[in-house]
Amino acid sequence: MTGQEAATSLLLDARGVSKRFGAVVALRDASLTLRKGEIVALMGANGAGKSTFVKILTGALQRDGGTIRIRGQESSARSPAGARAAGLVPVYQEPSLIPDLDVADNLRLGGTPVDPFRHWVAELGIKDLRLDAMIGQLPLATLRILDLARALASKPDVLLLDEMTAALPTDLVERVLKTVRAEADNGRSVIYISHRFSEISELCDRASILRDGATVGDLPIEDRVEDKVVELMLGASLGSGEAPAAQARPVPEGPPSLRVRSLAAGRKLTDVSFDLHRGEVLGVVALEGQGQDELFDVLAGLDRPESGEIEVNGSRALFRHPADAIAAGHVLVPGDRAHGLLMERSVRENIALPLVARARKWGAIRMKDEARRVSGAIERLQIDTRAQGEVQRLSGGNQQKVTIARWVAKGVETLLLFDPTRGIDVRTKRQIYLLVRELAGQGASVLYYTSELGEVAMACDRAVVIFNGRSVDTIEAADASEENLLRAAYGLTETADVPA
Amino acid sequence: MTQAESTALARDPALKRIARFLGDNPMIPLIVLLLLLVGVLEFMRPGIVNERWIANTVKFAIPLAMLAACQTMTMLTGGIDLSAAVAATITGFVMATQVPIVGVPWAIVIGLIPAILIGLVNGFGVAFCRVHPLIMTLGTGLIGTGCLQVYQRFVLSTGSVVPDSLAWLGTGRTWGWPNSLLLFVPFAALLIWGQKRTGFGRLLYALGSNETASRISGVRAWQVYLALYALSGLVAGITGLLYVGLIRAPSLSLVNPLMLPSVAAAVIGGTSIFGGRGGYSGTILGALILTVLGTLLTLLQMPEGARRILFGAIILVVTTIYVRLTDQR
Repeated sequence: MTGQEAATSLLLDARGVSKRFGAVVALRDASLTLRKGEIVALMGANGAGKSTFVKILTGALQRDGGTIRIRGQESSARSPAGARAAGLVPVYQEPSLIPDLDVADNLRLGGTPVDPFRHWVAELGIKDLRLDAMIGQLPLATLRILDLARALASKPDVLLLDEMTAALPTDLVERVLKTVRAEADNGRSVIYISHRFSEISELCDRASILRDGATVGDLPIEDRVEDKVVELMLGASLGSGEAPAAQARPVPEGPPSLRVRSLAAGRKLTDVSFDLHRGEVLGVVALEGQGQDELFDVLAGLDRPESGEIEVNGSRALFRHPADAIAAGHVLVPGDRAHGLLMERSVRENIALPLVARARKWGAIRMKDEARRVSGAIERLQIDTRAQGEVQRLSGGNQQKVTIARWVAKGVETLLLFDPTRGIDVRTKRQIYLLVRELAGQGASVLYYTSELGEVAMACDRAVVIFNGRSVDTIEAADASEENLLRAAYGLTETADVPA
Repeated sequence: MTQAESTALARDPALKRIARFLGDNPMIPLIVLLLLLVGVLEFMRPGIVNERWIANTVKFAIPLAMLAACQTMTMLTGGIDLSAAVAATITGFVMATQVPIVGVPWAIVIGLIPAILIGLVNGFGVAFCRVHPLIMTLGTGLIGTGCLQVYQRFVLSTGSVVPDSLAWLGTGRTWGWPNSLLLFVPFAALLIWGQKRTGFGRLLYALGSNETASRISGVRAWQVYLALYALSGLVAGITGLLYVGLIRAPSLSLVNPLMLPSVAAAVIGGTSIFGGRGGYSGTILGALILTVLGTLLTLLQMPEGARRILFGAIILVVTTIYVRLTDQR
């Protein structure tokens, strides 16, 4: 009887939830319990299965196995609307408001009552909001508040907040935290997803930790809980990590080939500084959305900085277009292969693309010269070209090699690799580490963002850590254990080790 | 083709091999279709397919194929040039009306200028204002037509002359071969060579396949679009010169009947309107197929309406089957 009672006193009770995508197991055994009035932090490193779990909880994805009970009733939510009806309302990082409609129309669409909405908007610290303001013209911070106010106005039993305080100024953060706490005291339950330990320890009652698709711990928030959380997120890999393949080499002498100071761009990148020398592989360590995307975009000429300095070989550089960046030797391997490849075209055309990009190369192609360069790059990367008619017929690993081979054929000075090993097999990963080291050995500079912390010790000389848009730490490869990196990535080790 | 059939196609290894073979050699089904149509024609009217008929077919297919070059090039980038027929008409009409005033060589130059201008405006709109090519070229086509009507008022008194040289090129034959091949063979050879073996040609495919990837690789798309649409205008203008030589009666809607067939020729020839796939060889076959199909439907002696319905339906069916046969996705 007691078990039954415990089960029904739980507002939300998800157990053993699993989900596969084809051959990939995204979730094996995820669990989450939530009592009335409780705030629980859902935590996990990149790729732990957090977003899949959230999507299942909110009805955006269907689970393959496990049970989800809401107030003791088996949840049958087959859609986000179903989950809403059951009382679970999410507030995502990207506001779900329609930009081309005004505030009032957006409320009408979701059936949100206007008066409670106004109350919450004022409560959360936004004064003088006009209901006829177009959503598209409001700043992101305001939109996130509106999204939260809309969720609160629907009186949810369970509120799911995904990085709620990202993109908010400090005063609004405080208002939000205060309001969420007060609502929890009034009996609402909250699932809180955040990368910021300070907020979690201030706000949450418990933390539930995911690793490799399974829930590995459920801890009450108390002093020094950060260490335990980091330990759980890393699991067995802690301590037993592979010995660094890369010998940490001393910082090369002489001026840096790339010097970045106080770089800011977009909403997320606020203040990043680092030096990159010839022959060096500098890792970039950051949790998702800390400004690393913007950093790479600026360095590759895809985006312009708002402030700060970029110096290439001692002279200031402003890239208006990737062509400018390429002329300065900066070449990008983008995180999403679909952004880098001509899927319907051949391996050869893909690799030779930068060779014909400039207007003065529009004339006849020297086919022999091109064939020599392309086959050289194919050989060097060991690309399996049996299906070379169209790049889309290649495996993911071979596709990634093509995006790198392109720059090997063209010749690189500064290689910007954005998570180059995401979703590819172990053998290809190792080939890529080796290639990166080899290119550095030949005098290239490499900036290497990776979402897999273990790679830093294998591929990089040192790593700059970015948290909340700022470079907060520099870690030598020798010290780049996953634990150190993760603690730094969560902003737990802010030091003054950053060049000023 | 139904869902079940296409799944069967994907499962059966033999069919899959055929599909892949055709995907790698997309010209084969087009050649088969062309021969099939000629065969049907010969069956319906025995003896019709002779040297004279072939020369005549080629003569009428060439202006279509040249106008379809504008569509092929722009479609490779995911665009289209709906102003091509208007640009061709303007060149033909302006040239013919200028001949009595400035003589043949200058008339040709003056005639080509507005066509290139239309192309440049298209390129500017597509490259800098990011207007969709469909709308951009539709707009410039309408503006061009309007300007031509205004222009006509000023030259009503001068009359028009189609130069003998263009009439020779457009309608004449040498040893049984149409003289227009003298223009078309080098033109087609240049295009087919250029689309794969020049930097510019490669960039057309690259932009149509993935503009972001091209940008990351250092391609400044605006340069390509500007050059491409200007080139398309020039090709349209040259087509206009040839066509006025063929028809020998300049009018305000001279080349307009070739507008939609030029798009159809490129699509039947296997060029994807979404960009990144196809090429000019297919377009030439597409133009021949459309021309033969036109003859066939004329021979059926059906009313105009029924002919158009059949023409449209055949284009749809052929394109659907062809895309299914050669598409690997």
